[in-house]
Amino acid sequence: MGLASTQQELSVSDAEIIARIYSGDEGAMALLYDRYSNIVYAVALRVLSDGSAAEDILQDVFMQLWRNPQAFNASRGSLATWLAVIARNRAIDQLRKKRPEVEAAETVILVDPELESAADRSRAIEKVRAVLAGMPGEQRAALEMAFFEGLTHVEIARKTGQPLGTVKTRIRSGLLAVRKAFAV
Amino acid sequence: MSAHEQFADDLALYALGSLEGSERQALQAHLAQCAACRRELQQLCSDMGLLGLATMGPVPPVTARARMLSSLANEPRVRTVRKRSPSWWLLAPMAAAIVLAAISIVLWRQNNALRQDLAQQLKQSGENRAEVERAREVLALLSAPDAIRVTLVATNAKPQPQGKAIYRPQTGSLVFLASNFAPLPPEKAYELWLLPTSGAAPIPVGVFKPDSRGSASVLMPSLPKDLQAKAFAITIEPETGSSTPTMPIILAGGR
Repeated sequence: MGLASTQQELSVSDAEIIARIYSGDEGAMALLYDRYSNIVYAVALRVLSDGSAAEDILQDVFMQLWRNPQAFNASRGSLATWLAVIARNRAIDQLRKKRPEVEAAETVILVDPELESAADRSRAIEKVRAVLAGMPGEQRAALEMAFFEGLTHVEIARKTGQPLGTVKTRIRSGLLAVRKAFAV
Repeated sequence: MSAHEQFADDLALYALGSLEGSERQALQAHLAQCAACRRELQQLCSDMGLLGLATMGPVPPVTARARMLSSLANEPRVRTVRKRSPSWWLLAPMAAAIVLAAISIVLWRQNNALRQDLAQQLKQSGENRAEVERAREVLALLSAPDAIRVTLVATNAKPQPQGKAIYRPQTGSLVFLASNFAPLPPEKAYELWLLPTSGAAPIPVGVFKPDSRGSASVLMPSLPKDLQAKAFAITIEPETGSSTPTMPIILAGGR
């Protein structure tokens, strides 16, 4: 990414980009892609372990936003985390070949750290990785199996031999640990 | 944690899409009624989004960007209209605008009605004012001491005292004009009487003194309404007037 495009990316907020997408501006989609395609692709690749399949998810997610920008509610969260969740859910659906459990429009991100600049995203990535690295191994494994592999708590309990209630609590506690790391 | 503790773990599983069967249905039923748990679900979605950032590193092939932009160009898109969730804070300005519009219409209508009323009143007032002005001019003319009063009589006749009463019983209105009246001593005055049709006692109408040319008038004295008169008469009385006529009658005239 060149200097000019970097400056252009920084000068336009997510809200402006979404507003331009509403009006059918293809250039806004290019800006959006440059800003968030890495997140969408990385999440999908992590779930699917297949570059080609991850690229398909990438296309799907962006085309979905292009066709239906109303699915994202800018007043209730950041585009970065919303796209990450949408990408994860799409990829899990692909992995498990099942209908989406949670539709895109239902996926509402409540409170997010600032993620519109590349620097903000880098800091957030480091923070999340630090949280995961600091978790007990069994908890991190349960969380990753639930999030990246789309396994149910029943499947995780069976796979790990852990009590069902323990698995449930570990998954939730894992998500709360991420939240806590970003709490002001 | 503001959500209900018994649903706390299930909320996380639901956000991840791994809650199934009766547990899923029970949670959905609860979410429909519990704002705190809906908020916690949203928070968990946010947590998931942040967790997804941990995967950052791999980048999509450079051809993926051109592919997406090509897909956009190939997909004709109808301009969408923003649809927002009908939160109260979005509906509030809309409701306020509707109420204001309704109030404006009512006020506009009232204003128009008032404007029409006012125009009507002004028109009426203008007409009334013109009538009053005309009446005032008539009365001023009749009562003006410098107005020229000429009584026309036969050319060979000597001018005689004359009185003209214009009376309207329905309103009790009366105008009396006198001419060629002889002057009186200072303590005396002429008095005009109304003789009722009913035969009741004469009613004093008013006292007057002629000017140097023998002219005088009695304008709009206070008389009861609907008092039918068979005749009018004039006597000479003390200048303060009398309650009963003092004979003789100087002038009289009937209908």
